[in-house]
Amino acid sequence: MPRETRFGSLAHFEKGGVQVINDDPRNYAFSNLFEVASKAEPYEKVAVGKNLKYVLEAIRAEGTSPWYAASHDEAAIVMDGEIEIRLVKLQEKIVADDHEGTTILEGAPKGQKMGHIVARRGHMALLPKGAAYQFHAALPGVILLQTIGGDLTAQRWKDICQS
Amino acid sequence: MSESKPQGVNDYGYRQFYLGSYSFARDEYFAHISWPGGSHMISVDRFLRALMRDVAWNFFYGTVNFDEVFGTTNHYGTVDVFAGLYNGGYRAQNRQFVETLNGDAVRSTFAAILEDWTNEGFDPFAAPEETGTPFGAKHGSNLGAVRRNRVVAQRMVGLKNDTPLRSDATGNPVNRQFSDVDQGEPEVHAEPGFEDEVHAFNFFAYLSRSDVTWNPSITSAVKNSLLCPTTEEYMLPIIHGNDRVEWFVQLSDEINWDVQDRETGAPRARVVMKPGDVAAMPADIRHQGYSPKRSMLLVWENNDSTLPELYASKKLKPNPVDF
Repeated sequence: MPRETRFGSLAHFEKGGVQVINDDPRNYAFSNLFEVASKAEPYEKVAVGKNLKYVLEAIRAEGTSPWYAASHDEAAIVMDGEIEIRLVKLQEKIVADDHEGTTILEGAPKGQKMGHIVARRGHMALLPKGAAYQFHAALPGVILLQTIGGDLTAQRWKDICQS
Repeated sequence: MSESKPQGVNDYGYRQFYLGSYSFARDEYFAHISWPGGSHMISVDRFLRALMRDVAWNFFYGTVNFDEVFGTTNHYGTVDVFAGLYNGGYRAQNRQFVETLNGDAVRSTFAAILEDWTNEGFDPFAAPEETGTPFGAKHGSNLGAVRRNRVVAQRMVGLKNDTPLRSDATGNPVNRQFSDVDQGEPEVHAEPGFEDEVHAFNFFAYLSRSDVTWNPSITSAVKNSLLCPTTEEYMLPIIHGNDRVEWFVQLSDEINWDVQDRETGAPRARVVMKPGDVAAMPADIRHQGYSPKRSMLLVWENNDSTLPELYASKKLKPNPVDF
């Protein structure tokens, strides 16, 4: 018999947890991305997963973000809300090839408009290498970003994880 | 010399197989595995479900324990086929048996077993409620089901020249337990000339149309960072032993994980994951998941080929972050 599929949101999330038998719960770095986003500043990039240099960041989308770029692809999954993603093809290389992670741009980027995407919960968008991008959310939403740890990545594991 | 020597069929209609020093036989209910000095039986439904993953995943990352005794460890070119190697009781009495074999030879033999031992109407990738019985004497086959592999996107699903999206037209209807998942696509407004770069798709709808369970498939890649979502129902048919840290993000519904010591199987923790929960699986554990309702799980892997040696030599700590 079909049952309702349950997703989380900023307005409603329920956490599970680590039930220790013979271990330290900190080994699991257990958190909830909606809880993290609910306590974050708009467009603060808080790592909720770290696999050596790679990270998954929980981002509270609210209002209009700065413009960003990276020397590599990034992928954004909208976990809650409706988010517009604006894309510009950079006229000049702004981020060096060996600089990994998200870079914030000063002001608006120079280049040709590539287009925009309006994504809602469950949608995944490519943030392509060589492009600048900006998020806009009229109401608070949540993005899970697949990227590489960089200058903007906030790591506060003690605050967000079960211990 | 071939390591695989299929011979004639037994009284139940099934072929017997040989791999290195191992032999594999099945009857109506069980897979029988023998090696010099030992033997083991596994219920054939459990065996075929585990074998399906081992073949489709090309041995995945680390160790695929079919149960507490038998399994494989991937060395990415060669494969350890073992009995009792990660069982505290066997190890205490030095009763374990392990052979390191060519990975292609193991995979081709396992694929042949899967094709011969899977009867018509049984799909080892499907949830039990969705498929027929694996038991009984040989009756037909299900080659279309057992020849499926995991999806491996190079950059992102749906991009030009990459893994295609799923739809009714591609033979991927919405699963019965995801009938309420929104199928609306994002609005993609690409300027002329950028149609191949401005890209988005309904990721949850894509997952809702998966016809397999417990099969992490690559949806997007950022260098060696691979998002490998999967849909889960009933229980993970293997016990996965990590050779690196992997991460789970629970996208929908709930999964409970039993976590054990990778070497001995001693219990370490239970991890209960609800929508939005994020948890690491350390590099020195094994885990098995239970999903009462079909759920969406994001498995996140680091595909760096140097990691198994770095973790095995303790140059890297098994936990991902210190705090």
